[in-house]
Amino acid sequence: MPTYNQIRAFLSQKTIGIAGAGGLGSNCAESLLRCGAGKLIVADYDRVSDSNLNRQFYFHDQIGEKKIEALRDNLLRINPFASLQMHFAKVSPENIALLYSTCDVVVEAFDEASEKLMFIEEMSLQLPLIPVVAASGLAGWGDIEKIRSIKSGNLIICGDGESEVSEDNPTLAPKVRIVSNIQADAVLEILLKELV
Amino acid sequence: MKIILNNREEEFSGNCLSVDEIIKIKSFVFKMLVVRLNSKSVKKEEYSSTYVKEGDDLKIIHLVSGG
Repeated sequence: MPTYNQIRAFLSQKTIGIAGAGGLGSNCAESLLRCGAGKLIVADYDRVSDSNLNRQFYFHDQIGEKKIEALRDNLLRINPFASLQMHFAKVSPENIALLYSTCDVVVEAFDEASEKLMFIEEMSLQLPLIPVVAASGLAGWGDIEKIRSIKSGNLIICGDGESEVSEDNPTLAPKVRIVSNIQADAVLEILLKELV
Repeated sequence: MKIILNNREEEFSGNCLSVDEIIKIKSFVFKMLVVRLNSKSVKKEEYSSTYVKEGDDLKIIHLVSGG
């Protein structure tokens, strides 16, 4: 097994894409940066709001800021030397290749199921060689044992596959952060395969 | 026939079923599905023309909102 310094040196050469900077994306980015990820490419078109603070990696004094800018500030406090390419943009079939074609692996971190589907389908069409780590099913609390990762070729989907967010089944910090960290761990598994 | 559905072995009667038929039998009712047959992506419009055979590895995964 490699040492942490070997892992960090190896990951510093890698580029990780993240699509969405909400509950999944912001927390996944934090963990990956802490592990030593050298370069992150993040796209999101939302701003930090009060209702995000129950689960997303933002702070009260950042309300109103673009998420990508607030996230860059927060990530640079962990590692001021990280290379962060932040895009204030909605990911679409038209810009997906432009945004993520240089990535070694990409994390799907959207909220809406329709956006998740679009991303997974377009990645397998336009950038089929790049592994995608997606998430589905992380609302509410409890039933943690239902969370699993399903792998199929270049695609991994993490979550319980059933707990959908709604007015009376909100997303809360523990489960969102568990799943976003399972995604981060899956990214490590994909990248570090070459190291061990 | 026996196939691997979502990492688990499952048995179906008959030796060839379309993805559409399996979705109905297993009552996957959600709209947003990711379907992979032997790691190959199967799109919605291909569900009825894509056939699953003995030993195949089929993944049918619900995409639900939340993130």
